[in-house]
Amino acid sequence: MGKYIIKRLISLFFVILGVVFIIYLIFYLLPGDVTQFILGVNYTPEGAARLREELGLNRPFIVQFFGYIGNLLHGDFGVSYLSGAPVSLQLFARFPRTLLLVACSMALCVAISVPMGVYCAVHPKSILSDLMQFLCSVGIAMPSFWLALLLMLLFSVRLEWLPALGSVSLKGIILPCVTLCASFLASTMRMMRSSMLETLNQDYIRTARAKGVGRRGVIYRHALKNSLLPVVTMVGMNVGTQMGGSILTESVFSYQGIGLMLMDSIFSRDIPSVLGCIVLMALSIGVVNLLVDILMLYIDPRIKASITKGA
Amino acid sequence: MANSKKQHRTVARGALRRFLHNRMAVVGLVIFLCIVALTVYAVFAVDFESTTAIDPPNRLQPPSAAHWFGTDEMGRDIFARILYGARYTLSISFAATLVAVVIGGIFGAAAGYVGGQVDTLIMSVMDVFMCLPSMLLAIAIVVALGNSVGNLIWAIGVSNIPKFARIVRSSVLSVRNTEYVQAAQVIGTPVIRIIFGHILRNCLGPVIVQATLIFAMAILSVSSLSFLGLGISSPTPEWGNMLSSARANMRNHAYMVIAPGMAILLSIFSLNLLGDGLRDAIDPKMEL
Repeated sequence: MGKYIIKRLISLFFVILGVVFIIYLIFYLLPGDVTQFILGVNYTPEGAARLREELGLNRPFIVQFFGYIGNLLHGDFGVSYLSGAPVSLQLFARFPRTLLLVACSMALCVAISVPMGVYCAVHPKSILSDLMQFLCSVGIAMPSFWLALLLMLLFSVRLEWLPALGSVSLKGIILPCVTLCASFLASTMRMMRSSMLETLNQDYIRTARAKGVGRRGVIYRHALKNSLLPVVTMVGMNVGTQMGGSILTESVFSYQGIGLMLMDSIFSRDIPSVLGCIVLMALSIGVVNLLVDILMLYIDPRIKASITKGA
Repeated sequence: MANSKKQHRTVARGALRRFLHNRMAVVGLVIFLCIVALTVYAVFAVDFESTTAIDPPNRLQPPSAAHWFGTDEMGRDIFARILYGARYTLSISFAATLVAVVIGGIFGAAAGYVGGQVDTLIMSVMDVFMCLPSMLLAIAIVVALGNSVGNLIWAIGVSNIPKFARIVRSSVLSVRNTEYVQAAQVIGTPVIRIIFGHILRNCLGPVIVQATLIFAMAILSVSSLSFLGLGISSPTPEWGNMLSSARANMRNHAYMVIAPGMAILLSIFSLNLLGDGLRDAIDPKMEL
């Protein structure tokens, strides 16, 4: 058990190292002179050379890369080209907001899609379940930024119930959360449905029915618990995609999270901030995936058994 | 030989029959063919100037007989721009899918066929890529390379490579040890020929299905990146950037937001139906 977790932690470290390497390499190869951008109208060849020395841009790629990694291990994400302040300050101020957004959207997604999936599995031929499935296929195809605009039109412009842009209040999180959640509803609901259908065909379900457990009891007591397993894995895997999706959602709603920070830094060509955002996102995705895997160990004794047997 | 060809044909025919019996899949196919037909029609019927030329007296007209979907803030006809924009969105997405299929296929086939350390190396690199959401990777590549049609194709293509590598690898693994592959190895068939002639032909089904679904995802990525200002930028009509520029006048001119979004929705929706239908037709048990 402990061995497995340590093994996973080590592999997580290397995956993150790989991610940082790829991203760092991409931005290292970036055409254009950074100093020209930072200095702007004050640009002189001597000043540029001095600045390059100061930022360590003269050193070879590998040295720069490991220097960056070393700083990362101390929680140092470098200094923003734009403001001159440490990137970590802004990152850690914004990150909780993105985390809150993603967490709310996951919770909403599970709260809606699990009952829908169960309903569709239990009543496969009803009109309501056909309708739900149709809505889900439309939901998958719905571009999130378009949904965001439509929600804004309805709830902020027409009905004036909710703020449209840049609100920090609790109300301001509702629309981004619904938008982010919508594209994951369908896949989670489908997974829940197929997993439930499969579980309902198992022998122990038939046994439970045969020994006289009521239909409801079987569905909610026996089948639901077992069919939730693949859904948990999937929700965990979706965290990454949700983080990616938060870039779009946050930009549409001017929600002050890390996704919006990424876009702002891209347009101001503030490379350390861009790197910081991407690294922090990748890191949190890796950590969440690890947590989900560990959680699965506790939920599903079979996985635990297979690991201890294998070790 | 003749017998195997016949067998092959009946397998394909069986899949076709299953596909045609699936009502939703046929609906998806019909919608998608209509979109392609309209796009091709626009290549001949709509000239580029009319979709970019500014016509201030006619700006912000609501939908009418002359302008079916209304006009935008510069007086350009939204319907013409959507038709013309389809060619950008669809062709870029198609090319990106192709990039992902070819490169991902090569990596996946190599990993699955050679196995051992090559497999471990390729798949660990793919795992690292999988840890980055494809949207994030695509954004990073576009930012690094700069906005252009070619770079957009690479960015979206590369970010989808791992998915194909995985699928091709697992299908290669499933047929690598079959008798007919061993027979081919024994009689000394060149490796390249074994991979292309014997193994990859058998992975075609899952690859086509996945390619259809990735095509839909690529459409979403192209328009998302353009919406963010990282893809195709104005005045070139593209569905994502049309939506982005419609934002400013959204409050009083909601119709500007509706049409481009519908175009994206319909394309993705039809491709998803098509992909699901193909999956059920080719192999009902296949899980993607």
